[in-house]
Amino acid sequence: MRLFIAALVLAAGTAHAADAARGKTLYESRCIGCHSIDANRVGPAHRGVLGRKAGTAKDYDYSPALRAAAVVWDARSLEHWLADPEKLIPGQRMGYSVPDAGDRADLVEYLRTESTR
Amino acid sequence: MPTPLSLHKEMHMNHSNIVVPARRRFLGTAGKATLSAAAIALLAGNEALAQSASGTMQDVGILNVALGLEHEAINAYQLGAMSGLLQKPVLDVAVLFQSHHKGHRDALIATIRKLGGTPVAEKPLDDYAKALRADTLKSQADILELAARLELGATNAYLGVIPAFKDAGLAKVAGRLAADETMHWSILSSAMGKPMPMAALTFGA
Repeated sequence: MRLFIAALVLAAGTAHAADAARGKTLYESRCIGCHSIDANRVGPAHRGVLGRKAGTAKDYDYSPALRAAAVVWDARSLEHWLADPEKLIPGQRMGYSVPDAGDRADLVEYLRTESTR
Repeated sequence: MPTPLSLHKEMHMNHSNIVVPARRRFLGTAGKATLSAAAIALLAGNEALAQSASGTMQDVGILNVALGLEHEAINAYQLGAMSGLLQKPVLDVAVLFQSHHKGHRDALIATIRKLGGTPVAEKPLDDYAKALRADTLKSQADILELAARLELGATNAYLGVIPAFKDAGLAKVAGRLAADETMHWSILSSAMGKPMPMAALTFGA
């Protein structure tokens, strides 16, 4: 029993609580080259991305692969996308990926907060 | 011996005495530099690179995203130069950096064509002005802040796409482009009197 409790404590200590503030900092340094929250630039605008079907941001010129993708963005699909965009939607254009799971979770949490404003 | 933290504090406290004169010297000379022809021919003249490229559309796609980023950078500096808010020698530096981005653009276009792709077109200046919210830029400091944000984003974007290239030569080029953007960011940050990064490996992470 003690071992079980210790394992639970350890798991709680190592689990990553998504941090929107850190996600904003990451966004400002890593994503801002191509993306903005409210404007289509090299990449599409991100406000409202959670819950949106892939390839449907207003007035953005998507790749055929994104337009045809049957993906609705939620935390899980966004994390898969950020981990390896080409694996999730072959033929898409984003060569950038986010290898660290904690970074991905924080970025998604930041996008979630921006999506609901 | 000062610790990194104490040195950091000292630099802040003595900002007006140490950073500003150095900054002026830097900006005073940077505007007089000439762009290397070799930089312009980074990719365009590299036949070996073009021949060794696999020509995969995935690489072309990444290069086209990079081209879109360079189009935006050129137009961002254009908006800054046309704003009337930049004063010499900052204006000269902005024009120099814009010429670097034009060199990147030309090299990327040539490479995309050599790989059989179609370069993405530049948009009208007004489109970039709207996307970058140019109407909110009210001072030279605002323009420098925007330019630094874009340069840092470009640095990290180029570093971030390196592993995605199928062709190692193109990955190296992405590294060279990132180096130029890092140089821009560093000079802009210095011009704004911002402290240098205290930690190692801050770019691309």
